[in-house]
Amino acid sequence: MATPIALRVLEGHARSYRHTWRGTTIGAVLTPVLFLAAMGLGLGQLVDREPTAALGELSYLAWLTPGLLAASAMQAGAADGTFPVLGGTRWVRTYHTAVASPVRPRDLHLGNLLWATIRISVIALVFVVVAAGFGAVPLARGLLAMGPAVLTGVAFCAALSAGVVLMIRDQFLAGLNRFVIVPLFLFSGTFFPVEQLPPVAGTIARVLPLWHGVELTRALALGTAPALAWPVHLGVVVALLVAGILAGSVTFDRRLRP
Amino acid sequence: MPPVVDARALTKRFGTFTAVDRMDLEVERGEAFGFLGPNGAGKTSAMRMIGAVSPVTEGHLRVLGMDPERQGAELRARLGVVPQEDALDQELTVAENLAIYGRYFDLPRPVIRERIDELLEFVQLTERRSARVDPLSGGMKRRVVIARALINDPEVMLLDEPTTGLDPQARHVLWDRLFRLKQRGIPLLLTTHYMDEAEQLCDRLVVMDAGRIVAEGAPTALIAAHATREVVEIRLAPEEDEAAAVRVMERTGHRIEALPDRVLAYVDDGDAFVREVHARGLEPTAVLTRRATLEDVFLRLTGRVLAD
Repeated sequence: MATPIALRVLEGHARSYRHTWRGTTIGAVLTPVLFLAAMGLGLGQLVDREPTAALGELSYLAWLTPGLLAASAMQAGAADGTFPVLGGTRWVRTYHTAVASPVRPRDLHLGNLLWATIRISVIALVFVVVAAGFGAVPLARGLLAMGPAVLTGVAFCAALSAGVVLMIRDQFLAGLNRFVIVPLFLFSGTFFPVEQLPPVAGTIARVLPLWHGVELTRALALGTAPALAWPVHLGVVVALLVAGILAGSVTFDRRLRP
Repeated sequence: MPPVVDARALTKRFGTFTAVDRMDLEVERGEAFGFLGPNGAGKTSAMRMIGAVSPVTEGHLRVLGMDPERQGAELRARLGVVPQEDALDQELTVAENLAIYGRYFDLPRPVIRERIDELLEFVQLTERRSARVDPLSGGMKRRVVIARALINDPEVMLLDEPTTGLDPQARHVLWDRLFRLKQRGIPLLLTTHYMDEAEQLCDRLVVMDAGRIVAEGAPTALIAAHATREVVEIRLAPEEDEAAAVRVMERTGHRIEALPDRVLAYVDDGDAFVREVHARGLEPTAVLTRRATLEDVFLRLTGRVLAD
C-alpha cells in the first residue's frame, strides 16, 4: 500500500530537521520555561502576598502555568505556520520542487501540519515536565492539559499557514508577529484573567481563539470549570483548525499551481 | 503507444495575459525535442503544463497518454523534471536532497540509496555525496538537480533552460551528460534560448515567439528552409553611413539584415560576397563569415534576435 503523500512530506521535514533542531526547538522550549521562572516564581512572590480571589485563591505560579502552556503552544504553532511556509515558497523554494513530483500542494500543507503537531507536542511535554518539577502543576494534570494546548497550537499553524502561503512580501511577517501573535500571547488570559481587561478589549479577547484554548488548558490543569461550556471553547478551537485545513488546500493550490 | 505529448489548441492565460496561444504539438517517443525562443515566449509555461504543474486554461493536452488535470500525480511519477531554478535545500547534503525527493515518489529506502550511488556516479559527483549543497558551484548544483530528476527512473525528462547561468565549461559537461541520457533512450524535452544548445541536443524543435509556434522541424531542416548556407557578419566604422552601406550590399541581390551592432548578409559563398563588398568600395572594420544557425532562423521569422 502506498504511503500517504502527506506522510512522505512529513518524512522530508524530519530528515531536514536533523540540521535545524538546535536553532529552533531549544529556543522554543527555553522561552516558556524562562517566562515560568520569571513570572511564575519571581512575579508570583509579589502577587501571592495575599490570596487573590480572581485567581481562585491559587498561587500565581499554578494559575499561570496552563495559560503559558497554551500560549506557548500557540506561538510554536505560529512559528511552524510561517517560517517553513515562507521557506518553501520564497526563500529556499522547496515547495516548488516538491510539486513537480506526485506531491500535491495540499500534501505540503498537511505534511507541515503533521510535523508541527509533533514539534508542538514535544515542546509542550518538556514544558509540562519542567513545570511539574517546579511544583507548578501535578504531572498527571499537566499531561492531560497538553491536549487542548497542542490542539490550539496546531489550529493556529493550520490557519496561519493557509494565509502565509499567499504572502509575497516578507515584511508582513513582522506585522503579523507584532500586531497579532504577541498581543494574543499577552492578553488572552495568559498572564492575568481577561476580566482585568477593559470591556472592549475583553470582548475582543474572548472572541479570538487563543483565550478558548487557554480556558480549556487551565480547566484540565487545575480541575476547575472553564468560563463557558466545554463544547463552546472546544468548538472555537476546532473550527479554527478545520477552517485552516480547508482554506489551506485552496490557497496552497493557488500559490503553487498558478 | 501514445505520443509523449499530444497538444491541440493548448492555451495558457494568466488573467488577460496569454502566455501560450493555441499551441498544436506532437512529440513522439524516442526523440529529443526542444522549445526554442526568447524569454517570455511561453516555453516555460508550455513546459509546466506538460509537467502537470500548471493547469491548462484551454485546449487539449495529453502527456504519455494521460490527462495532466485528472491524472496529475500519476503522471508526475513518470516524469523527471529539471526546473529552471535549482531549488535545492542548501543546508542539506547532496544525498539528503536526493533522498527526500526520492521519498516523494514513495520509493523504498534501499532502492533510493542504491539509485543515489548510481546517479551520483552518472553526474560525476560521487565524492560530494555527503557534502552540503551550499558551497557547490553552479554547474555542480545543476548536476545534482539532474540526478534528482532521475531518481524515480522517469520515462521522459523535462528540462527548463538547463544551462542558463552556467559558465561555458559547465555547460559542456552538462550537455555531455544529457547526450548520454539520450543515448540511453530517455526522451528529452527541453526549453532554451541558446541556439547552440538546441542544435546540439534536439532532434526536432519548435521555435516560439509570444506564445505561438512560428516554425517546427529538425534544426538542419529549419536552417535550410529559412536561411542560406553562410552568413557574413559585417561591422562598419562608426562614421560610415550605415544606410548607404546597406543599400550597396543589397544591390548584390542577397538578403541583408541590419542589426543594431552589425549587418548580416545571407549568402551561399561568404568569401565571394566579401570580395564583392570590397569591390563596391566598402571598407568594413570587421568581417566574420560563419554558417547559418537557428538564431538566423528566428531572426528571419520574427525580425528579432533570440538573445535578450
